[in-house]
Amino acid sequence: MGLSFPLNNINLKNEKLIMRILVCISQVPDTSTKIVLKNNNTSVSSDGVTWVINPYDEWYALIRAIELKESGIATDVHLVTVGKADVEPVIRKALALGGDEAIRIDADSNDPYEIAHYIAEYAAGAGYDLILCGKESIDYNNGTTGAMLAELLDIDYIGFATGIQVEADTAVVTREIEGGEETDACNLPLVISCQKGVAEARIPNMRGIMAARTRPLKVITPSTITAVTEMLSYELPPAKTGIKLVSPDNLDELVELLHTEAKVI
Amino acid sequence: MNATEPMKAIKGGEFLIRETSADSIFIPEEWNEEQLMIAETCTNFLAQQVTPNLQRIDEQEEGLMRHLMDEAGALGLLGISVPEEYGGFGKDFKTAMLVTEKLGAGHSFSVAFSAHTGIGTMPILYYGNDAQKQKYIPKLASGEWKGAYCLTEPAAGSDANSGKTRAKLSADGKHYLITGQKMWITNAGFADVFTVFAKIDDDENLSAFIVEKDFEGLSLNTEEHKMGIKGSSTRQVFFNDCKVPVENLLSERQNGFKIAVNILNLGRIKLGGGTVGASKDVITSSVRYANEREQFGRAISKYGAIKYKLAEQAIRTYAAESAVYRASQNMEEATEMLIASGLDENKAKLKGTEQFAIEAAILKVHASEVLDYVTDEGVQIYGGMGYSAEAPMDRSYRDSRINRIFEGTNEINRLLTVDMMLKRAMKGELDLMGPAQKVAGELVSIPDFGAAEEDGLFTKEKKYIANFKKAILLVAGAAVQKLMTQLGKEQEVLMNLADMLIELYVSESLQLRVEKLVGLRGEDACKEQLDMMRVYINDAAERIAKMGREALNSFAEGDEKRMMLMGLKRFTKTEDINTTQARRNIAAKLIVENKYCF
Repeated sequence: MGLSFPLNNINLKNEKLIMRILVCISQVPDTSTKIVLKNNNTSVSSDGVTWVINPYDEWYALIRAIELKESGIATDVHLVTVGKADVEPVIRKALALGGDEAIRIDADSNDPYEIAHYIAEYAAGAGYDLILCGKESIDYNNGTTGAMLAELLDIDYIGFATGIQVEADTAVVTREIEGGEETDACNLPLVISCQKGVAEARIPNMRGIMAARTRPLKVITPSTITAVTEMLSYELPPAKTGIKLVSPDNLDELVELLHTEAKVI
Repeated sequence: MNATEPMKAIKGGEFLIRETSADSIFIPEEWNEEQLMIAETCTNFLAQQVTPNLQRIDEQEEGLMRHLMDEAGALGLLGISVPEEYGGFGKDFKTAMLVTEKLGAGHSFSVAFSAHTGIGTMPILYYGNDAQKQKYIPKLASGEWKGAYCLTEPAAGSDANSGKTRAKLSADGKHYLITGQKMWITNAGFADVFTVFAKIDDDENLSAFIVEKDFEGLSLNTEEHKMGIKGSSTRQVFFNDCKVPVENLLSERQNGFKIAVNILNLGRIKLGGGTVGASKDVITSSVRYANEREQFGRAISKYGAIKYKLAEQAIRTYAAESAVYRASQNMEEATEMLIASGLDENKAKLKGTEQFAIEAAILKVHASEVLDYVTDEGVQIYGGMGYSAEAPMDRSYRDSRINRIFEGTNEINRLLTVDMMLKRAMKGELDLMGPAQKVAGELVSIPDFGAAEEDGLFTKEKKYIANFKKAILLVAGAAVQKLMTQLGKEQEVLMNLADMLIELYVSESLQLRVEKLVGLRGEDACKEQLDMMRVYINDAAERIAKMGREALNSFAEGDEKRMMLMGLKRFTKTEDINTTQARRNIAAKLIVENKYCF
């Protein structure tokens, strides 16, 4: 499948007093969007869609990065997204929350390997100590970009974090496991995918909104690569059917319905 | 207009006699990215901090409203239109209006917000001297201090200049001692700074003072028990030889009434924006409920009776919104022109707003009545649940009602609309006489059957609107001529004329908005908006005809009356259209989107 990574020229470093964080931002449709398929069910119509920052990227990864900067631990927070020019309003929204500059990798892809490749290609030479992303994007829900990115950069990865503390060159990360949680310590550089618990959602304030315009938004052209997966078609879930209410006094009818209509028993 | 004639500034009230081009108005579909971000911040703030706490707010939980105002202050929302040199963000009037609109769905919070940022802050910002502004504005813009405004008294409501509160200079000349009682003071319970109106000695006119809550002699009554906006702090404020340093006199002695009036102009148009925001919110709740609630095996949104309500809620709201932002843009442009001509920024803002005081009064009346209509139908769509305090319509219904009362009752604002229009005509600022005489001439001539006009998308509506203007000029001209100095006492006629002007201004704003929108997005993308325009103007014609008839029947007689009634009929005639189908189309869009979506 033509893996071009690990890159030869990886330059992730962790110099004292400088700590750079890269936050991966993805644009997704607002959760109230009515999904309409087109082109014989091979793509999703973007007509009338309101685009938002993927909540896992925004509420947890980005806000935690901003908190680390506010508390003096991080020195730079950069945002990166993969998308064409039409994602810029969303990346500027992210800049309104915080972040020193944004990088848009000029490519259009839904394939997590392709996206991870582009980000790795950019990040490899850029000296980030910590790369944060959401645990998944709420549109295609692959949840694999973070792990692939770490692999391509040949650095460590912790997934599904619920808490992140950083001290010197170590991150202490809490993550959810079945029936409890574990706490890991890991040296930087590191990729962490974030979920609820890492930070609290914030609302962009006027100062941030007005500053967003003035913060740099760099556009870079990636090398060409072929996606490893090919999407064949989408299917919408079946329309909801009516609910049948059965009186609690009539359990026989319920059993009968479960058996003959729902066919689950 | 001669093609080489330079573009003249649009004057307030001129909509009655002048044609406006669609290109010249601002429409909300033109918000830029930054403005949309600000709007989203407001919406998210309400969703996260205000809406989940509406019950606690209404119970006036100790410190909660102050806390929410602090949070709004931390987001920068209290300093939107305050200049940057005083700690604000110096945003333009439309952006401030957008914020007011978006926070308009915040029930009692939006009342606290509007009072603080409007009447609580603006008098000091616009009329304060530099020392006063330096001292108070940064704190008000950040929310560290909360503002209130004390004008109304138990015996001085609509007749504000008749207040009994008095101020006299102390023996040492260092303080004014204010004595009196103020009533219905919004934010009183937690405000730090009050702009207080009182007459110095036996002055004929009010003066204004900046009073801090800790000044000796100021005390508060308990909270009023109100029908709605229960979370909004409303108290009486007592002044008992309240010691106010002389340097806290705002502007000049006896300038208070002018301050009060000018600040109210701003408040009125802002109220228009706020109620539009509340209307949109109620529509979203109504559509969602109608889509969820099933009766006879189907969602009630599938029934025509409900579709009619949903569509009509949206039509009126969209129309009101069109007018709010058209006027906001006009105010902004007038202000910019005054600044360009060398006027100080604050003075220009006040003069720019004053220039459109007629429109501000129109918007106050119209948008508050739209909200009342929208909430009333919202309750009806919710049916039994609409009457339950467990569902949101109960609060919306109660909270809506105050908007027709405060910032000048709708009756006072209707009177003002006509009064200002006629005064401007008399001063020669608006040439109503020429056009009115032309219309009178048209009455006795053979009707123009419209020689083969090109049938464009907006030809008919433009013609209807031109005719609405003639209808108003006809009735107003006749009223002035017949009643002369008695007109002021014939309040019913003035109400009729005001309603006609309101319908005209809103119809025209809606038509211009849809025309501009079609230009931007194409006809296919604006089908529902075109339907909204057609239905609204169709119904407006009938409302104008009714009001005109009522007025003419009250003062005209004989052949003259018959001739004028025929003229009125001609000027309010529209071609029959299928409004039922149009409303169904509009409702269909709302139902699919499951929210207010225009």
